[in-house]
Amino acid sequence: MLPLTAIYTIIISVGLIFGCIWASNNFNFLPVVASSNAPIYDELFKVLFVIGTILFIGMTALVIYSLIKFRKKPGQEGDGPPIEENLPLEILWTAVPAVVVLFVGLYSYDIYNRMGGMQLHSHNNDIHHTMSSQERIWGGIGEASTQVKDDSQVFPVVNVELSAMQFAFLFNYPKGNIISGELHVPVGHPVRMTMESTDVIHAFWVPEFRLKQDVIPGQPTILNFTPTKTGRYPIICAELCGPYHGGMRSTVVVEEQAEYDDWFQKNSKLSEVEA
Amino acid sequence: MTTISQIEKESDESISSEQEHSDHRLFGLITFLIADGMTFAGFFAAYLTFKAVNPLMPDAIYELELPLPTLNTILLLVSSATFHKAGKALENKHNSQCQKWLLVTASLGIAFLISQMFEYFTLPFGLTDNLYASTFYALTGFHGLHVTLGAIMILIVWWQSRSPGGRITSVNTFPLEAAELYWHFVDGIWVILFIILYLL
Amino acid sequence: MSISLPPKTESQPEKLQPTGWLRYLSFSLDHKVIGLQYLICGFVFYLIGGVLAGAIRIELTSPMSDFMARDVYNQVLTLHGTIMIFLWIVPVVNGAFGNYLIPFYVGARDMAFPRLNAVAFWLIPPAGLMLISSYFINGAAQSGWTAYPPLSITTPAPGQIVWIISVLLLGGSSIFGGINFIATILKLRRPGLKLMQLPMYCWAMLGTSILVVLSTPVLAGTLILLSFDIVAHTGFFNPTLGGNVIVYQHLFWFYSHPAVYIMVLPAFGLVSEILPVHSRKPLFGYVTMVYSIMAIVVLGLVVWAHHMFTSGTPPWMRLFFTIATSFIAVPTGIKFFNWVATLWGGRISINSAILFSCGFIVNFILGGITGVALAQVPFDVHVHDTYFVVAHFHYIVYGGSVFVIFSSIYHWYPKFTGKMLNENWGKLHFLMTFIGFNLCFAPQHWLGLNGMPRRVAEYDPQFTFVNQLSSMGALLMAISTLPFLWNVVYSFLKGEESGDNPWEGLTAEWLTTSPPPIENWIGDAPLVVEPYGYGKKEKPQIPSETAMKEDKK
Ligand code: HEA
Ligand code: HEA
Ligand code: CUA
Ligand SMILES: [Cu+2]
Repeated sequence: MLPLTAIYTIIISVGLIFGCIWASNNFNFLPVVASSNAPIYDELFKVLFVIGTILFIGMTALVIYSLIKFRKKPGQEGDGPPIEENLPLEILWTAVPAVVVLFVGLYSYDIYNRMGGMQLHSHNNDIHHTMSSQERIWGGIGEASTQVKDDSQVFPVVNVELSAMQFAFLFNYPKGNIISGELHVPVGHPVRMTMESTDVIHAFWVPEFRLKQDVIPGQPTILNFTPTKTGRYPIICAELCGPYHGGMRSTVVVEEQAEYDDWFQKNSKLSEVEA
Repeated sequence: MTTISQIEKESDESISSEQEHSDHRLFGLITFLIADGMTFAGFFAAYLTFKAVNPLMPDAIYELELPLPTLNTILLLVSSATFHKAGKALENKHNSQCQKWLLVTASLGIAFLISQMFEYFTLPFGLTDNLYASTFYALTGFHGLHVTLGAIMILIVWWQSRSPGGRITSVNTFPLEAAELYWHFVDGIWVILFIILYLL
Repeated sequence: MSISLPPKTESQPEKLQPTGWLRYLSFSLDHKVIGLQYLICGFVFYLIGGVLAGAIRIELTSPMSDFMARDVYNQVLTLHGTIMIFLWIVPVVNGAFGNYLIPFYVGARDMAFPRLNAVAFWLIPPAGLMLISSYFINGAAQSGWTAYPPLSITTPAPGQIVWIISVLLLGGSSIFGGINFIATILKLRRPGLKLMQLPMYCWAMLGTSILVVLSTPVLAGTLILLSFDIVAHTGFFNPTLGGNVIVYQHLFWFYSHPAVYIMVLPAFGLVSEILPVHSRKPLFGYVTMVYSIMAIVVLGLVVWAHHMFTSGTPPWMRLFFTIATSFIAVPTGIKFFNWVATLWGGRISINSAILFSCGFIVNFILGGITGVALAQVPFDVHVHDTYFVVAHFHYIVYGGSVFVIFSSIYHWYPKFTGKMLNENWGKLHFLMTFIGFNLCFAPQHWLGLNGMPRRVAEYDPQFTFVNQLSSMGALLMAISTLPFLWNVVYSFLKGEESGDNPWEGLTAEWLTTSPPPIENWIGDAPLVVEPYGYGKKEKPQIPSETAMKEDKK
């Protein structure tokens, strides 16, 4: 009797694990991948999805099974067995989640590192001292600085200054003295965006880039990313900023180099500047 | 009915319905003071963070004068001691002694408030001048509010400890103890405040 | 199990027990009256908050902002969040059940400070009424329940000030309650009752009250500073005056993260009381349960910045808060595994109480898992402030706390009234709530992942269908309240008599009449040293003389 239940348990568990892995690979829960850190993000998502689904289905199954198997049958009298504790079992279910969350934590740290999240301070240093002591650049996420440096031979960094206000995003390209309501970026180029708000807190979010950063008044923030897929994607303000918060949207246009140059040329107020 | 009153007599006090024993009340007061202390902790944390990440322009920095606040610190510390004396006196049934010390404590507290007011009026900055000015007034003001409350409490205790007619006696010391504990707490907060605001 | 039953006396219980319903509107000092005051008052606010949620879901059935003006939408969602948290969950899981049950569990006749207790309750109705009336007078606050500056400084001031005052009053009420619970549990235990013999709910309330006492004052201080910014034009959080908006967020979340455990730890405690009774087995792993509550309390105080991963916090801080937050899953997990082990092998009566409790387990695990995902910085950077977060916390606050409240009402209603609730209506209520709830909030995960931010009245038309699905779920949830209300009212008037102990529970509140007399027991308080002694062969009932001797020791 007992070995049979054990076998069933093993079969069901293995089936569950493979089912989850299969589901995570065959269903798409996320929008299009359009930046260099989106695939890294999706990798993390898959792992979290698999672990989460196994846990959820497993626990739910246990609860439902108990309710059915151990329900009080008609005519049954008396109480259940007075089992109060089982030390090995309790150690097991303390240790297993601990190991799982430790793994998840370290893994997501690695992911974050690959996204460039941890290099921020060194990356920011060059702009740091150009600002008054009152201002600080904190936070932001994007390419690791090293990677930007390596690639900058081939793809120069596009510098953009974002200024957010109730209820619009304004993008300033210092190189061409362009002020635009839409963000245009060439595909494959690292973009470095300094952001500041003129009134309340807003947030810059492009779901297809899997990136979000608050735009904070009185405290500039930075966001680095590399778009990898041409197209038009929504820019969404994700921090409640007043009545028209829901309408505070814009578009990021990721285009081929030539198209981008075209756009830049047309809009640039400094005619002599090359993109 | 009979059963209940009988049991109240027989069993420990703690299951009776008249449950407000000084023991519990003191415990409740301590818990409340921990909560109150957390409010201050929040203010201190805010101040220290402001200091760490929002440094002022050099021309806006104003060095606080030390003599007056040092005097204030001494006033409060002495008042803690005199309050303690009052408590001891009550325990030894010296009611008039106790009243005297209470008055001394109250006057020290009021002197503190006056001196604090004096400092406010001589400071070169106002509430809304800059972040630090605001924090300074918020912290000292909130503390001053506590001192004011404490002083009122001491005066009530003083009134209630008149030897004939008062409710505070060597048998019922709880109100005095509570006020004393609160007063020590307010002093302790001031010491921290003094270190953080004036010395750091 | 050893219980000394109170000696049956011939005295008239009627005399001890005023029956007028008016005492529920009075400044009563009886902990049971206060508990029910909390419960009923909280439920009224729940219906109001639910109507507001209904308004939100109606607005979101179409991608345009057409049902109400945009600023009204923001007011509605601010009121919804504030009412549900501060006037429904917190007062009910703490105030209502805490006041009703804790004195029984510690063997006392009332709370440590009955007057403070009544004051704490009577702060709530005026605060709530003020908050709601601000909507009709000047317009309510519209900066969300988080009230982040500078938005909260720049939106119309009257509503925001009223919001601050109400939250301060509610916070005060919560602190007074917390002090009372700590004093009652630690100081009012009947002689002979040891800490480790207390029912789990006492431990949960002890942990919760510690959190309340340590963190609520910080919120109070923060809101006082915020009100200075609004009224006196200081610049604590106003960047144009040199202030720092992030400091507000740190202080706010220093309270509001622990606040989520204030909303759920008591619920954990209640489930720990309900499951053993209906599965006829002792609570599994009592000692580890106690330690895990304390671990949650400690960890809960040091994870607040996981709400601020996109607020420009420095990287080391993100890393620390990711790890600390993830580790909360360990003590929480222990509790869940222990509950499943409690069910395992029992003689489970499938009734409404156990169904809602099991519904809670299932929903909370999903909410907890998305919580652990949110704790990972890189994951959160995408879904922060989206419907994914909305789904996460409704799974926990609704699927968790509200399910437990319903379960507790089914469980303790006989104690409150002496009548049974109707099981068929109860099961119908469960079924509709469970389906409606999942239909409403499960699709929101997808919305968040795919680009719908929260707190918006208008959205990308591609999300219309899923939002309508979600609104259908909300409708079903709203309808599911009807069988419940009917059941409560009908059973009160015409329900079956329950007798004193319909579930054959072993905890102290069942060892007296239903409803209990005014000082809880006619006779002395029973000594319950094994609150979960189900299935034990011997059920010695220490005669009261022996128990009295025990007392004297
Ligand atoms: C009662 C309320 C409650 C509770 C208990 C929780 C519990 C948790 N919450 Fe949640 N949370 C909220 C209410 C709550 N939350 C609210 C209201 C918000 C939004 C605030 C706002 O912005 O308006 C929020 C937001 C929120 C965020 C911020 C999201 C964002 O804005 O970007 C995060 C991020 O870390 C988070 C994490 C967690 C975690 C890790 C837990 C953990 O405690 C969960 C632990 C439980 C489990 C994990 C399940 C059981 C465990 C097991 C079965 C063991 C095995 C498990 C593993 C190995 C993973 N929550
Ligand atoms: C703490 C508890 C709690 C509870 C129980 C609920 C319950 C519900 N919540 Fe709430 N919610 C919050 C806390 C809670 N919420 C918080 C903190 C926020 C964030 C606010 C912010 O961003 O600042 C939020 C935000 C929030 C949003 C996001 C708004 C936005 O960001 O734009 C939505 C949207 O769907 C929502 C929906 C619901 C629904 C459908 C219910 C349902 O479960 C309610 C079901 C109950 C009823 C429906 C009442 C009973 C029925 C009647 C009285 C009949 C009449 C009914 C109708 C007219 C429909 N809530
Ligand atoms: Cu800008 Cu929301
Ligand atoms: Cu949190």
